[in-house]
Amino acid sequence: MEGMTVIVKTIASWVKILIFVFGIYIILFGHLTPGGGFAGGVILASSYVLLMLAFGRKFVEQNLPLSLASKLDCIGAFLFALIAVLGLVYGGVFFVNFLYQKYLPGQPLELISAGTIPLSNIAIGLKVGASLFLVIFALSVCCKDLRYKDAKAESASNSSANKKE
Amino acid sequence: MPYALCFLLFMIGLYCAVVKKNMVKIVIGIMVMEYAVNLFLIMLGFRAGGEAPILDRTHLDAQTGQIASSFISHVVDPLPQALVLTAIVISLGSLALMISICIRTYSRYGTFDITEIRRLKG
Amino acid sequence: MTEFYILMVFMIIAAIIAVETKNLLSSVICVGAIGFGGSLMFLFLRAPDIAITQIVVEVLGLILLIRATISRDLTFITGDREFFGTVISVVVVFVIFLAGVRVFETLPEFGTPIFAQTPGAASQTYIEKGLEETGAANLVASVILDFRAYDTLGEATVLFTSIIGATVILLYKSRKRLEESD
Repeated sequence: MEGMTVIVKTIASWVKILIFVFGIYIILFGHLTPGGGFAGGVILASSYVLLMLAFGRKFVEQNLPLSLASKLDCIGAFLFALIAVLGLVYGGVFFVNFLYQKYLPGQPLELISAGTIPLSNIAIGLKVGASLFLVIFALSVCCKDLRYKDAKAESASNSSANKKE
Repeated sequence: MPYALCFLLFMIGLYCAVVKKNMVKIVIGIMVMEYAVNLFLIMLGFRAGGEAPILDRTHLDAQTGQIASSFISHVVDPLPQALVLTAIVISLGSLALMISICIRTYSRYGTFDITEIRRLKG
Repeated sequence: MTEFYILMVFMIIAAIIAVETKNLLSSVICVGAIGFGGSLMFLFLRAPDIAITQIVVEVLGLILLIRATISRDLTFITGDREFFGTVISVVVVFVIFLAGVRVFETLPEFGTPIFAQTPGAASQTYIEKGLEETGAANLVASVILDFRAYDTLGEATVLFTSIIGATVILLYKSRKRLEESD
């Protein structure tokens, strides 16, 4: 898909930074205020979708290629499973909050508190953001060359071949 | 009474998913059903005159650090909210899968109509 | 309580328009209106986490739906509908609706949650012991990431699998084109 006019491009390049920082804020403070990993990840993906709609697909492909987004997605899922397995190694039970109970309690209502909950939020936010960007990018790439006319020509040739037999 | 209105929304989505012939309309019917179910689950945990389940400095005692008992008796249920949070994001993933199937079927057969697809073989 | 009724009637009218109209673009916009009304309902039902998530997910869902419908040749639905099948479906849906409304009389009244009536419910433990056992001020985050973290692991797996499925279907090159490019 191609980009839009100059006005849209200028405003999108300013607003994109604000949306990105807002998404990171919602992820990091997920254990103190409403939000969490899922909402923050979707906001991160939507900042890149804004860039794709305003500037065109080829500009975003140089910025964040498809293979890098796919690798970030897998890294996020792997980090989440790693936190669970570390709970088994250090705490004795799968998925226990080992940082809060043993090593680093922290003060309640501060940023550094609640053990592994902020780390899980970061892993989930990374995973959800990269996945949704991947899907919307794949939607804009697909089916550029296979159009309705090709399908109709195929079915016409098929029916004429059937009539001959 | 609000439960009955939520169930009516679910029935409208079910009617659309069963009767219509266009593929995108079927997808829209499934989405309306998902909205209705999430709304019903949150309505189950509502307390009249309640507060959101987020703790603040005003809810804790200054010396002991205990939660004030007026908060415990006024808070809404946090458990349905936790389950609906993941359900909303899963509905986005399944919408992406349904739309990709619709686009592939359109590029192969040239129509969104499901009765036409049954007749064109090969 | 009146705001609940107003928002529910708005959502039902938008749903009826989305189902019955012949223009695909209008029905996609009405689905957006249902999602927006739902987000406001969540805000009035004291669930701010869910309201944030619902509105951003609904915006991305609208982008997906519009991408599927607006660049195709057919945006108007044509063809006749079968009369007999439609009447039978409407009658069956109406009977299910009448039977389902009777079930709601067994639920507790709207405004009293279930954990206030049954002692020893799980939510009571999550509220009282949430801050000491996990240290998180957001009780919903402590439920999804500490008390019930298995459900979050399952959800991450489902999202991963569905996105992989959608990407494979969309980026699939047929064998003829691969042979031509070689």
